[in-house]
Amino acid sequence: MLKNRIIPCLDVKNGRVVKGINFVELKDAGDPVEQAKIYSEGGADEICFLDITASNENRDTIIDIVRKTAKECFVPLTVGGGVRTIQNITDLLLAGADKVSINTAAVKNINFVKEASKKFGSQCIVVAIDAKKVSENKWEVFTHGGRNKTGIDAVEFAKQVETNGAGEILLTSMDRDGTKSGYDVELLKVITVSTNIPVIASGGVGTLDHLYDGIVKGGASAVLAASIFHYGEFKIKEAKEYLNSKNVSVRL
Amino acid sequence: MNVTIVDYQSGNISSVINSFTEVAKDKVNLEVTSDINKIKSSDKIVLPGQGSFKSCVDSLNNINGLVDTLKDFAITNKKPLLGICVGLQMFADIGYEDAETRGLGWVAGKVSKIDNQNGKFKLPHIGWNEINIQKESQIFKDIENKSHMYFVHSYEFVPKDKSVISATTDYSSKIVCAVEKDNLFGTQFHPEKSDKTGLKIIDNFLKL
Repeated sequence: MLKNRIIPCLDVKNGRVVKGINFVELKDAGDPVEQAKIYSEGGADEICFLDITASNENRDTIIDIVRKTAKECFVPLTVGGGVRTIQNITDLLLAGADKVSINTAAVKNINFVKEASKKFGSQCIVVAIDAKKVSENKWEVFTHGGRNKTGIDAVEFAKQVETNGAGEILLTSMDRDGTKSGYDVELLKVITVSTNIPVIASGGVGTLDHLYDGIVKGGASAVLAASIFHYGEFKIKEAKEYLNSKNVSVRL
Repeated sequence: MNVTIVDYQSGNISSVINSFTEVAKDKVNLEVTSDINKIKSSDKIVLPGQGSFKSCVDSLNNINGLVDTLKDFAITNKKPLLGICVGLQMFADIGYEDAETRGLGWVAGKVSKIDNQNGKFKLPHIGWNEINIQKESQIFKDIENKSHMYFVHSYEFVPKDKSVISATTDYSSKIVCAVEKDNLFGTQFHPEKSDKTGLKIIDNFLKL
């Protein structure tokens, strides 16, 4: 039976982890390679890096981090943030990423998703959709960390990325992101029902029950979380044991 | 021992290189190449494959003499070869992804789309799934039955002769996820991404 995945996400800025794990055993809490290793050894099903570096001149640092991480972590590695060109994808994959996550560039030009999935295969193209509720049962796609409204309906866009070859959707609720009040289960439900590709839930996790809700109520194939793991509130293993105790199948 | 990972310009093979490098350390001389002479003088070959069946077969055919060299190696000389993902699928006679495409024809069978039961199951089949070991296989030495492996695929290899199946996995149906026929080994899952158990499979192959 296919297991539900738990994916810790590390925000990386100028080569450093922004919200780091506060573990005593860490030599350098800001080192993304070391943190990825801890997650991988702790049972993470995949590792996700989100590069939030603002300036272009520092973008090469993520390539270097991916290269080092891929030599030590043997679980899938997804990298997102600033993926705009075929060359960006080539660079990340050559460095050792297994998947790339495309956000703004997919909204700007859906053909980019098509071109990328054709060139590299759907298995490594994830489209990250940031959605915000605009009215009852209606969500809109936002870009630039939730600042820019696009006028695009999230459900229609999700269907479109599937048609254009995306292998997975990383769905973030901009209403819930950073709130610790749980995933937007209604949004998840409508997207998982409307598409036939796996959906990764993101944005809002504060408790282990929220992970359960994302999978069982929202229909997500995988759950992504950042702060509950970073700050050591929960270990990946605890999250998995909790889900297992509630009959959600996970890789233990 | 010389082991070659065949780099035929199809898809992302960084993870395969990284994991084999990790396991091989100083014990094995690892080459990543499509050089015919280097392949000929290898003791073992790894044939990765990402993207579609058609794009992988086309890429193999684009390198002059590669398919014949691989055939001599694996079929005539019966030296160990491990196919991963589409690398395994290409053992088949025929594949149906993108367009009907002839495979290498080393293990009788076809590659067709996983039946997702009218959308009841998501495709691609992505994530960790348990393998059901069907027969004793040298690459599964010290691998427990029901171990988790990492999968990413929408197509499955359906061999004619079921005795070649060394493992299956349960999704929308029973999917063949590993085959072994004499010196030919193949995994639909990605040992290079399957954590310690995956690395053990790579180690087993290198120790053959």
